[in-house]
Amino acid sequence: MNEMVDVLIIGSGASGAAVAYSLAETKMRILCLEQGDWMKQSDFPTNGRDWEARRYADFDPSPNRRARDTDYPVNDAGSIMKINMFNGVGGSTVMYTAHWPRMHPSDFRVRSLDGVADDWPIDYWDLEPFFAENDRMIGVSGLAGDPAYPPRDPPMAPLPLGRTGEAYARAMNRLGWHWWPSDAAIATTEYDGRAACINLGHCTPGCAQGAKSSTDISYWPHAIRAGVELRTRCRVREVTTNAQGMATGAIYYDADGREQFQPAEVVILACNGVGTPRLLLNSASARFPNGLANSSGLVGKNLMLHPWPQVRGYVDEQVDGDRAPMLSIWSKQFYETDPARDFVRGYTMQFHRGTGIANEAMTSADAGLLPWGEAHHAAYRDLFYKRLQIGIACEDLPEERNTVTLDPVLKDSHGIPAPRIDYTISENTRRMMEHGIARATEILEAAGARNIYTSRTALNYPGHLLGTARMGNDPERSVVNAWGRSHDVRNLFIVDGSIWVTSGGVNPTSTIQALALYIADCMKQRLATLFD
Amino acid sequence: MNDLTEAELRDLRCVAGLMVPASGRFGVPGADDRAVFADIVASLGRDTALVRQALGALAGIAAMAAPEQQAAAASFRSAGGPALAALHRAVLQCYYRDDRVVRSLGLEPRPPFPKGHVLEQGDWSLLDPVRARPKMWRDAPRG
Repeated sequence: MNEMVDVLIIGSGASGAAVAYSLAETKMRILCLEQGDWMKQSDFPTNGRDWEARRYADFDPSPNRRARDTDYPVNDAGSIMKINMFNGVGGSTVMYTAHWPRMHPSDFRVRSLDGVADDWPIDYWDLEPFFAENDRMIGVSGLAGDPAYPPRDPPMAPLPLGRTGEAYARAMNRLGWHWWPSDAAIATTEYDGRAACINLGHCTPGCAQGAKSSTDISYWPHAIRAGVELRTRCRVREVTTNAQGMATGAIYYDADGREQFQPAEVVILACNGVGTPRLLLNSASARFPNGLANSSGLVGKNLMLHPWPQVRGYVDEQVDGDRAPMLSIWSKQFYETDPARDFVRGYTMQFHRGTGIANEAMTSADAGLLPWGEAHHAAYRDLFYKRLQIGIACEDLPEERNTVTLDPVLKDSHGIPAPRIDYTISENTRRMMEHGIARATEILEAAGARNIYTSRTALNYPGHLLGTARMGNDPERSVVNAWGRSHDVRNLFIVDGSIWVTSGGVNPTSTIQALALYIADCMKQRLATLFD
Repeated sequence: MNDLTEAELRDLRCVAGLMVPASGRFGVPGADDRAVFADIVASLGRDTALVRQALGALAGIAAMAAPEQQAAAASFRSAGGPALAALHRAVLQCYYRDDRVVRSLGLEPRPPFPKGHVLEQGDWSLLDPVRARPKMWRDAPRG
């Protein structure tokens, strides 16, 4: 049997890495189990001529299509939004775009301000110092002074505007709407031993330069140097408990497929908004027949996925295309609730720089913008490197009908029941999507774009997996308390996106990690009374 | 490797050429060019089943006369769906990485790493009117 550890963290992605790093200073014995591998920069797609094709193969964001042996399948046939994630050291930060908006202060008080969903038990100001610490650890580029946010000071200069950013900026100024250079987890100078961005484009499926900050190259080197052990290719089947209802550790399959038991004093789940409820539900026992930590019945419910329509158009002159990070600017013009609209809450507009030459052909052929036959070549030359594309990050409010459950048939390669997703987009969100599509169309028209094309659901799978083990003060209406501890199991903590109460209209990684650091800090403050 | 039959390979090559024919005007090969097609066949990978499904709908197209080929292709395209998307992906991801095609677009045939690209800073004075805006974020009551 493995030796007892003080803290067992399951999952090494955004939140697992942050909580491991923060707790390391306690000098407790900390072990992290990760089902995937360490990634190598030399393996990432931009090293080879097939870099665009690999985005649809071994670096596809869907675990079902990617189907590495380190992935687990997800039955998302019952969801209009498909599930994206990555399994490996760094988790989905290996395959994210590195867009780095924080939640806004209003996002934590949606019930008080707008009469919908629930307030969080914490607020922006509780997290503010941890946002700043996380920005330093990750290495964030950006620009202070954005009027859409409370003051913040990113440690590196922003990504250049480039030609695409200028095209958007002129259009936004013409309309009189807010924009600001996006905060990005991409180094614009050498930072903490990591190289500066050299504009490889295609940041999402891994950065060969190492300029995109995934937690395998940001938090983990620090955490490991501080004594944390990280064990890869270890897939956890269940969290075990004793007669007192306390967690005792976890059963996992090691790299050779052997079943192992890892005893622990404290268990922390950091498996994302699908993996965490899956594990809790798979940890059902006689004492916890409906799944672990599920006396509220809310484990797996209130799944939020951020519907993300995309609107694109084509300008006459070539812009940046894929010769730079996809990120450019953001707009918060329509972020806060406006009573004059037919929906509550709002959205961020994320302005994309363009796409690669093969992807332009594939997606434009699918969209009917690119003909077959002789006309193909001239039509293509009217599109390539001329694309402007705006993503609309819609706040998704929690609804109990949107769920992660255990699929009765589908299993992973170790025979562990796989998650099943049932999800529909709410009427409020649909109205928000249409509002955003109309505004994005206005922006593209103001930029002189033509061939404007809207994608409401295809390609809008951002992999933001939120809300399925929500935090709160009421044990009947939440799974964990205000500092991430299970209401039911006093030595079980959750630190990933599943504890979110509402989703905001932003990419979540910055806030997920600030929240993980906040919970780690709460644990450190309470070490003597952690289980009281 | 895939296990497409000879008939399926003939049909796939025909469809690739219908999708992207050679062009003297632009100085580029078609997607049915020997080298491009070899890359397509070798790269089917995860799309093999869907491409085979597409070829099932287009069976025998290589043996048809040109007008019938055009009609069959148009009918298949109008139906849309995942098989059409897979066919687009299979053909175009290889066509647009062929050296001759990449050069015809004025680009250097190379992977992004390690050379990268240069991104110009752009005109940051465009931000001045935004900097002058008042605070936009909403205050929220503390818990």
